[in-house]
Amino acid sequence: MTEDTKCLNPKSLTCYQFQTRLPELIGYEENLTAHPHLDQCPICGALLADLESISEAAHLLFPIAEPSEGVWEQIESAIEEEQGHLEPEDETE
Amino acid sequence: MSDPRLSAHSPETAPCLMAGEADSAAQADSSTSQDLPHPVCHPGEADLLARVRDGDHLAFAQIYSLHKRRIYSLCLRMVGNVSEAEDLTQEAFLQLHRKIATFRGDSAFSTWLHRLTINVVLMNLRKKGLSLLSMDEAMEPAPQGTPGRSFGALDLTLTGSIDRMALERAVKDLPAGYRIVFVLHDIEGYGHPEIASMLDCSIGNSKSQLHKARLKLRDALRSFSRKEARR
Repeated sequence: MTEDTKCLNPKSLTCYQFQTRLPELIGYEENLTAHPHLDQCPICGALLADLESISEAAHLLFPIAEPSEGVWEQIESAIEEEQGHLEPEDETE
Repeated sequence: MSDPRLSAHSPETAPCLMAGEADSAAQADSSTSQDLPHPVCHPGEADLLARVRDGDHLAFAQIYSLHKRRIYSLCLRMVGNVSEAEDLTQEAFLQLHRKIATFRGDSAFSTWLHRLTINVVLMNLRKKGLSLLSMDEAMEPAPQGTPGRSFGALDLTLTGSIDRMALERAVKDLPAGYRIVFVLHDIEGYGHPEIASMLDCSIGNSKSQLHKARLKLRDALRSFSRKEARR
């Protein structure tokens, strides 16, 4: 948290000041919903609730998926090619 | 104070693709994704890895089979495109094949492979010239006294009504930089210090990118809700 934020009286923060500091506050304060600014500001409270809901919903996103079979075929082929480059050339040819 | 989602972790030297990334991974702070939904260890995996080191192709095929879904899913989340995610999965496993000897076993193999994959994806994005940090001043709070774009009427709050499919679409539509930070933090569970290390940016920058990503997602979801309400 910046010195600037520490010096400000949380109750006197405007919405602009609160929102400007929100990225820092979210990582800093364990229970941001108890922030004094939110006692008097339902709009910032709603914003914070939305952001928390999005963050919580993120855990449910993008279930595990399966790559196509072609991926393994390409990996095998690339490995064979790489190993072919590493093998010494046949001097009889 | 760190993000409450962070927890203690033993740093692991990830196999890296860019000069300096190995060092930064090894020096990364102790906060990282300990609580990731990784399998701790597959039975017999240590033996399989030893066989892969000895050049056993069948063992490598088994390692692929065990980890392909998680690695592909990670790539898909980060790039939002099936074809690209498959290419990156292929590249991640090729890197694994080349660098398996550098895995020392200090941490779970799955954690090491996860970090290797993230490095592959980030390297790919850099190669394509995509900035890993997005710029969007429109998401800044509005000046004093005027409601900003992120402010909203109370009847449009999302709480309790987030449509998962709409959110997935919105994440895919995020600019690359926002998407990467959102996926790494909110989905994969990495902390800001480690994300900052991966992206070579400040912790404050990582926090700012995440916040802006969430604001953009909120806007997208509210727009979706409005459209649904009109139907």
